[in-house]
Amino acid sequence: MAVLIDKDTRVLIQGITGSQGTFHSAAMLEYGTKVVAGVTPGKGGSEVNSIPVYDSVREAKEAHDATASVIFVPAPFAGDAALEAIAAGLNPVVIITEHVPVQDEIRVIHAAAREGITIIGPNTPGIINPSARQKLGIMPGHVFADGPVALMSRSGTLTYEIAAGMTNAGIGITTAIGLGGDPCVGLTTIEAVKLFQSDPETKAMVIVGEIGGDAEERAAAYIKDHVDIPVVGFIAGRTAPPGKRMGHAGAIISGSTGTALAKISALTEAGVRVADKPSDVARLLKEMM
Amino acid sequence: MKLFEHEAKDIFRAFGMPTPQGGVAHTPEEARERAKEIGKPVAVKAQVLTGKRGKAGGVKFADTPDEAERVVGEILAMRINDLPVKAVLVEEKLDIAQEIYAGVTIDRNERKYVVIGSAAGGMSIEELAAEHPEKIVKRHVDPHLGFHPFEAREMAIDMGFRGKDISRLANFFLTLWKIVQTYDVELTEINPLILTRDGRFLAADARLNIDDNALYRHKGLIEKLKREPVEMNERERRAAEEGMAYVELDGNIACICNGAGLTMATIDAVALHGGKAGIFLDLGGGADAERVEKGIEIALMNPSVRAILINIMGGITRCDEVARGIVAAREERGIGVPMVIRMVGTNEEEGQRILQEAGIPFLKTMEEAASKVVELVKKEAE
Repeated sequence: MAVLIDKDTRVLIQGITGSQGTFHSAAMLEYGTKVVAGVTPGKGGSEVNSIPVYDSVREAKEAHDATASVIFVPAPFAGDAALEAIAAGLNPVVIITEHVPVQDEIRVIHAAAREGITIIGPNTPGIINPSARQKLGIMPGHVFADGPVALMSRSGTLTYEIAAGMTNAGIGITTAIGLGGDPCVGLTTIEAVKLFQSDPETKAMVIVGEIGGDAEERAAAYIKDHVDIPVVGFIAGRTAPPGKRMGHAGAIISGSTGTALAKISALTEAGVRVADKPSDVARLLKEMM
Repeated sequence: MKLFEHEAKDIFRAFGMPTPQGGVAHTPEEARERAKEIGKPVAVKAQVLTGKRGKAGGVKFADTPDEAERVVGEILAMRINDLPVKAVLVEEKLDIAQEIYAGVTIDRNERKYVVIGSAAGGMSIEELAAEHPEKIVKRHVDPHLGFHPFEAREMAIDMGFRGKDISRLANFFLTLWKIVQTYDVELTEINPLILTRDGRFLAADARLNIDDNALYRHKGLIEKLKREPVEMNERERRAAEEGMAYVELDGNIACICNGAGLTMATIDAVALHGGKAGIFLDLGGGADAERVEKGIEIALMNPSVRAILINIMGGITRCDEVARGIVAAREERGIGVPMVIRMVGTNEEEGQRILQEAGIPFLKTMEEAASKVVELVKKEAE
């Protein structure tokens, strides 16, 4: 058991012929990911890292029985690429691309929801399952070890920081999901918590949040009533000023909403142990497990 | 991109929305002309991209063109929330019967647009939500179906309007929705939307923020506005040109990292150790030596910087490249302030060797690095 991806996931990469697609398709293959095909309209018939390239998702899916997609397509075309993946029934669809217009995001998220398809991102490092040796994304595979803890996060490198700390402490993960740094993302924190709550292999969870929105508060309300395994949290941006976007489009305190303090108190009240610094996450997990 | 009130109102008018009679002025003399054209008492309003303008004295009234000239002179000399006032909007003074709120924004949680109205306008929607949540009417927009006239009418009815006023008010909501779709708007507000004593509905104020990620679709509009999408200082402009996320804070330690979350966690760690970050600088993924050097250079352009903390978690960013960038920055331009480096991950050993050869110390954990940089700043100050 695992969530969203497992050893049988067959991955298609949209935008494979671009520099990001080429670089990361090689890294995915090296990690062990079953990358079966790539798509770039107009480049059908070529190959990237020995992966066959097609002109459309439909053709690539038919030829290789792909089940999931990772999108590296530039922002102006990423929404269209995601709709193409949804139309072909790929699931999950991981959108790595940053700076996708929010109207496009909304359209994609609701088109996916109608089909029962999970969108991860946009603006995400992706999803990784170490026991299945599958990563659909750009994270460095070696910082994640196989183990019983679920990791979900709104940021990239901070997740690697925390995962590396866990790995050093001998704690591995079932699955790590980058939820994405945009205000509107497909899979939300609360939905990720629900997925992991129903995964028998997951014995604890780590939630890495940041300022902006109220995704963590909503997850906290659910955790309080429904989650019976240990949960550890970390929230970035305790000292961020209101009204400034801190790197991620979604990381902004608007008026009095989206503060780190509100998130930390909601999580704490729900029984989540919130770490003061990233390196405390592994220690808190050890204490609780 | 935030639009000025007068820019937003030009768009409102182009979509047929009623706005008060008036025009923009950049000098007291121009304001006098505008007031003369209007031919009745006027309101003059500072054009600044910040809230609470009225409380700061940025809105004044004038009964005659002479008076308009005088008060505009005062307003143009003001700074509001530290922003200069470069223009004013001169408009007919309205005889107010009721102040209404109308807006469209994005509900991050639902991942939908939401149309919002209230019969109690004038105060901010946040204050309104805190004080009179029962007076707020909301409709989430179905992403597949859009927003329709009957929904706008229902909103007007729920806000307490009857008869012909229902459609008059509903048209404001429908027009806002059209504008949102046309220009990739992430937030628009009319606050207040005024009902005058003679029964007219008018958009008396206008707020319109366009999604920065969609600006490439609106080049024509930006050209027409004849200005940069965002006002930036030189450092912010350099960082934007390089595609780096750069935010100035009120401390003195520049935090240069890779990734927004890690940079935020780093400024928090500095605070945890008793220091204060002055710069948030996210190099982004896969920075090479040249990019690291540029990042350091931009940080050093800020005179308030007393120390630099570089914190790199190598993934697609390689530590050897980062180390080369640091060494190059030091050799080519000199750094002049204490610098603390922490880097781990891809090509860590090679990066550390390069720093060691150059005699630059580095640390292995974020906490050690944050504590060290705070200590160095304190020592310098003594």
